[in-house]
Amino acid sequence: MIVEIGHFALTLAFAVALFQMTIPLVGAARGWSDWMRTAAPAALAQFLLTGIAFAALTHAFVVSDFSVRLVATNSHSLKPLLYKVSGTWGNHEGSMLLWMLILTLFGAMVAAFGRDLPLGLKARALSVQAMIGAAFFAFILFTSNPFERLVPPPFDGNDLNPLLQDPGLAFHPPFLYLGYVGLSMSFSFAIAALIEGRVDAAWARWVRPWTLAAWIALTLGIALGSYWAYYELGWGGWWFWDPVENASFMPWLVAAALLHSAIVVEKRSALKTWTILLAIIAFSLSLIGTFIVRSGVLTSVHAFAVDPERGVFILAILAVAIVGSLTLFAWRAPTMKAEGVFRPFSREGALIYNNLMLAVACGVVFTGTLAPLVREFVDGAKISVGAPFFNLAFTPFMVMLFLAMPLGSIMAWKRADFGQVVTRLWWASAAALAVGGIVWGMQSGDAHLAPVGLALGAWMVLGSVVEIIERAGWPRTGLDGFRRLARLPRADWGKWLAHSGLAVTVCGIAAITAWEREDIRLARPGDVIPLGGYELVFEGVASLPLGAPFEVPACGAGQESVLKGGEGRNFTTDLGRFRLMRDGRELAMLCAEKRLYPVQRMPTTEAAIDSTLLRDVYVVLGDKQTQGDAWAVRAYVKPLAAWIWLGAVIMGLGGIVSLSDRRYRVGAAAKARPAGPAVPAE
Amino acid sequence: MRLVLAVVLMLVALPAHAVQPDEMLADPALEARAREISKEIRCLVCQNESIDDSNAELARDLRILVRERVASGDSDAAVKQYLVDRYGEFVLLKPTFGGFNLVIWLAGPVLLILGGAVALIYLRRRAPQARPADAPLSAEERAALERVLKDG
Repeated sequence: MIVEIGHFALTLAFAVALFQMTIPLVGAARGWSDWMRTAAPAALAQFLLTGIAFAALTHAFVVSDFSVRLVATNSHSLKPLLYKVSGTWGNHEGSMLLWMLILTLFGAMVAAFGRDLPLGLKARALSVQAMIGAAFFAFILFTSNPFERLVPPPFDGNDLNPLLQDPGLAFHPPFLYLGYVGLSMSFSFAIAALIEGRVDAAWARWVRPWTLAAWIALTLGIALGSYWAYYELGWGGWWFWDPVENASFMPWLVAAALLHSAIVVEKRSALKTWTILLAIIAFSLSLIGTFIVRSGVLTSVHAFAVDPERGVFILAILAVAIVGSLTLFAWRAPTMKAEGVFRPFSREGALIYNNLMLAVACGVVFTGTLAPLVREFVDGAKISVGAPFFNLAFTPFMVMLFLAMPLGSIMAWKRADFGQVVTRLWWASAAALAVGGIVWGMQSGDAHLAPVGLALGAWMVLGSVVEIIERAGWPRTGLDGFRRLARLPRADWGKWLAHSGLAVTVCGIAAITAWEREDIRLARPGDVIPLGGYELVFEGVASLPLGAPFEVPACGAGQESVLKGGEGRNFTTDLGRFRLMRDGRELAMLCAEKRLYPVQRMPTTEAAIDSTLLRDVYVVLGDKQTQGDAWAVRAYVKPLAAWIWLGAVIMGLGGIVSLSDRRYRVGAAAKARPAGPAVPAE
Repeated sequence: MRLVLAVVLMLVALPAHAVQPDEMLADPALEARAREISKEIRCLVCQNESIDDSNAELARDLRILVRERVASGDSDAAVKQYLVDRYGEFVLLKPTFGGFNLVIWLAGPVLLILGGAVALIYLRRRAPQARPADAPLSAEERAALERVLKDG
């Protein structure tokens, strides 16, 4: 019964979306305010109904209702509760429903918090939002119904792919979708602005928080996915340039560009059409991401042809959305007038440089990701474009961007003085070079990468430090400097945090790539593995059966803690124990597992990681040899590994701090500028 | 269909883990070369994984093959060419430079030049025309300005 209520609610939500995409739009065109006012309640109703549908599906998963086909194919009664819940979106149909839940959530947020939005803009934006909604409701209802029944219901389910039974991956999709779909809001505002033919500072202040929120979610979602790959896939890789990863990385790059260009629109009333275009591209890339992940087109054009219904449907949505919005753009954009005047060497110019680099980098990822498809389509040849290509073709643009970042973010608006920028930053550049030199001198190998990468990271952080010192007025102001800093807009702190977070990630990437140590060998219990200054004593392997909770002597690290709290194991495991020693002292006990999930007959590896700020020790248990008691063991020291994700978290934090700036507080746009002590103009 | 079958087989069979101790060459220099080559060779039945990373049986066979060629004295390029001859261009994770693939390689530089040109034109248009206001203040003007600012 609950399942049918869910299905019914979803159908109703579709109907509401159809209403919301037409009535307010007509109202806005004719100037009928009561028609426009229907948009907000409709958006709230849409969210409520989608919420009911989602809750009904989650309920079916939690109670293991195997009469629902989706639950039967993707769940199992013995699965821990967390993964029953996350199983709701660990499959195609459920993930689309989650997508819709978030889409309608954003619409409802505009409806609820957007009281001060101009009525016409609000009606049009919500109407565009409903068009996207209606298209995807139709997609779910007609091609991917999650509520389909199965007769007769099986005794038990097929289980969720064990790789997905992991807390990291349980929360990875919701974050990514928050990001993807959050960009729909910027898109809707961009389309609404095109229809109205007006873009001003207030518009930019409205769009930026949504973009920022989406970008934060994407940052965290991508980091979560990367961290999951790092500890779950078993060799400590953290980025693979896989098409699915690229699908989430491209919107991130464009959203980052959009964040920066919206600042120019807001403060200087320039770059308007470009910002609109970026908003369209950002969401289009989100749609393309959804398409290439969901349609199976990735494995091969032929895989797409085997089950074309879904793929063709999304492709149609994609075509209408992208072609439609770009046509509208081509028609209306020329009416937008730029006002701001500035010299090339200025903050505006620097932000344009930023946008150029991010856009070109995104273009490289886009071509590399789609080229195999195009090539197969053109002459049938199958080619691969993988990590070695992207590392080579993508990195230079990022380096060019990062080199210029401290320069650009310190420049004055309108016109900057080159000599002055250099004087203000000379000690930061000297210090960064010194960092590179010290690293160069200290390292034993001959890799250029680490000194260059760490110097670049130091340069990026020190750029922000210089700015903070200047804004505090140090050393002139003494203690009063802190008071000055406290009064600065939060957006400034957000920028410094985000830029520094990026620097931390850059350092992590450089160090792990240049300095990783690896040891692969056959080890017998009692063997000692020397590993870059550490010793790893192999204590042996315990084989644990299905069902019982863990009773393993103290493991310092390892994944076993995940299932503590009385829930039984839904897998068998070989648990290898390794004592990590340095100079005769025990640092940690590492437990690396080889699991077998019997329902799907699928093995997984659970690496043991001892993580500190400066390095991760990473141990993987391989196969037992057919003769004797030796096991294959792979052990790594990964310097600064944690920095990769720590940096992402700092970036996200910076975004949140910036989002809390009163300038972007919802409603602030319509009110007068905040009173209080005047902040010196930049 | 063959691909699907291969993927299914890959999932069902117990994986051999990425590089195995018994595969490795005794000579560290040759082994290091084999590793570098392996990182650029695609595991044919996987999604975008190199044979160096992959757990699939077929990847293991290729890793052993690469090591055989390296040990028998082939250059890096010869090993890759040998694999391309047997398995096609699909096996290379880094596409060759030429023909259609030029599009992939040149996308970045071409976009940079085009985008840079557009940006430069835009920047020139936004740049202020020389106006009297751009001239630096004279001493009198500056004094007057300071007076006004102080009073304000």
